[in-house]
Amino acid sequence: MKVITANRLADGRVVYFTAEKGWSENPDDAVRLSEADADATLTLASGDVLTVVGPYLIEVDSSADTFRPAGRKHVRETIRQTGPSAGSTRALEGV
Amino acid sequence: MYRYDEIDREIVDARTAEFREQVQARLSGALTEDEFKPLRLMNGVYLQLHAYMLRVAIPYGVLSSEQLRTLAHIARTYDRGYGHFTTRQNIQFNWPKLVDIPDVLDQLAGVEMHAIQTSGNTIRNTTTDPFAGAADDEIADPRPWCELIRQWSTVHPEFTWLPRKFKIAVTGSPEDRAAIGVHDIGLKLVAKDAGEIGFEVHVGGGQGRTPRIAAKIRDYLPANELLAYLTAVLRVYNLAGRRDNLYKARIKILVESMGADAFTQAVETTYRDIRGRELALPAEEIERVSSYFVPPPAGAPDEAPSNDRAFLTWREVNVKPHKVAGRAIVVIALKPYGKAPGDATAEQMEAIADLADRYGRSEIRVTKEQNLVLPHVEAAALPSVYEGLKAIGLATANAGRPSDIVACPGLDYCNLANARSIPIAQAISEALEAAGLDEKAGEVTIKISGCINACGHHHIANIGLLGVDKKGEEVYQLTLGGIADGDAAIGKIAGPGLSANDAIDAVVTCVQVFADRAELGETFIDTLTRLGHEPFKEAVYGA
Repeated sequence: MKVITANRLADGRVVYFTAEKGWSENPDDAVRLSEADADATLTLASGDVLTVVGPYLIEVDSSADTFRPAGRKHVRETIRQTGPSAGSTRALEGV
Repeated sequence: MYRYDEIDREIVDARTAEFREQVQARLSGALTEDEFKPLRLMNGVYLQLHAYMLRVAIPYGVLSSEQLRTLAHIARTYDRGYGHFTTRQNIQFNWPKLVDIPDVLDQLAGVEMHAIQTSGNTIRNTTTDPFAGAADDEIADPRPWCELIRQWSTVHPEFTWLPRKFKIAVTGSPEDRAAIGVHDIGLKLVAKDAGEIGFEVHVGGGQGRTPRIAAKIRDYLPANELLAYLTAVLRVYNLAGRRDNLYKARIKILVESMGADAFTQAVETTYRDIRGRELALPAEEIERVSSYFVPPPAGAPDEAPSNDRAFLTWREVNVKPHKVAGRAIVVIALKPYGKAPGDATAEQMEAIADLADRYGRSEIRVTKEQNLVLPHVEAAALPSVYEGLKAIGLATANAGRPSDIVACPGLDYCNLANARSIPIAQAISEALEAAGLDEKAGEVTIKISGCINACGHHHIANIGLLGVDKKGEEVYQLTLGGIADGDAAIGKIAGPGLSANDAIDAVVTCVQVFADRAELGETFIDTLTRLGHEPFKEAVYGA
């Protein structure tokens, strides 16, 4: 599965593309996309140039309620999803 | 300190107003993101993982107390209550909103600060010895020369679109504390027998994916010819430097491909054409700029006996000798155990500004080790300064000790990073404290970069860690033997990549080997040179 993420233009915050064709800071609101739908939905989301900067697709492991970033960029996307991990010291495997 | 003149003020005010219009144009759609991105970068605005990041220039790392208070105000009002001091002697704010940044730039302009040329392929903020004007081994104060370089390089029309970014460092002391060997241009003030001063010129150093130590291309340049010679170096680079490959565009690649002799010849030829003309600095202009950097008067000596062992340790470790009697240099290590290196809260910044006003002639410096310095403290006030720092959690006696760790923002913030730096630094710091290694080990530098761009200066660390991405996992390369200052050296990779936890253990192990095997007074490099790398590698990787 995939979801679309970007940074919001006005403040740079991490946002996710929703089923309502809008953007949300809450990852749980992200629309989960099949491989077949992903590229077309990204094209649609990329048209929203006054709301976001640089939308792109990320791989995820999805459950009913939420998702976990997967694939090669999973550490980066987990940090984007949950915020800086500074202070977690030895609990580095958690990501 | 230097104060803006009308020209400085006009440049900054015009740029701030222009950027406000550019932000508005982006928000309204009049500018596309592709059009806007280079404009925001020229004003120090990056888009990072979680938010925009604003990098503010701190000219040659010198701040007034008023400026530090303004940075505190910005941290509190427009950010999340803290700022991050960088290895380039600047400060970065990690959370400002784009819509607020024009207001932030207005606030900065009000105290003679800005973010111009903190990004882009231009001449970046010149860096220098954080003890400039105070160090007891100084041949001449480098700050007037840094200021002259600042004025010359600010929005310089010929050098606004260089092949790549360009960094200049200046040292005024024989003991280089500005890492001139790893800068595009490194300048060392030297004196002739008659006392006349000039510059030894080094070119082509740098870190990143192709670390190189600069080549010395001139033994002595008359000081008043500095700008003509810098122009010659930049002109050769601007014309001959590569623009077809981002990774081969720095001047170090040009110096290497031409050969240092041929490069020097090209510079000297260009210099001969322009020397002695309009770029020659008039003596009265050098005098005028130098007059902003007068040394402090003698202070009252520190004669009060103290039984406070913690204070005495702090004084021994964090206080450095000053060239003026009754004064001292205080290093404020922004490295409390387990905290993010280089971070300071708004409250800490304000308290330091107050200490600078009360005891340190209202002046603060930023170091490439991500620490702050009060350069001109009256020696008799050291106990009061210590108490003031203790009250804000910044009296750890670890300046130059193992836990004085340098770390880039890494994958917690940075768009370019492959791996995290800050949590690794925090864990190492905690482990060093638990093992008491700050007390047991001598002088050693530990630096961590989250990618090959090397903002954490790992190449020039005695013990370095470089974070890399290996099939989606964070892996760390351990390097040994790098040296930042003086006879700069690039560290050598010690062995295979390590997991985060193994990397933490490896660094602590190396410090432990150093503590166990150092002879009296040895630095880490002394011990490494005497024993070789093997005992350290064996301890980390096994025989």
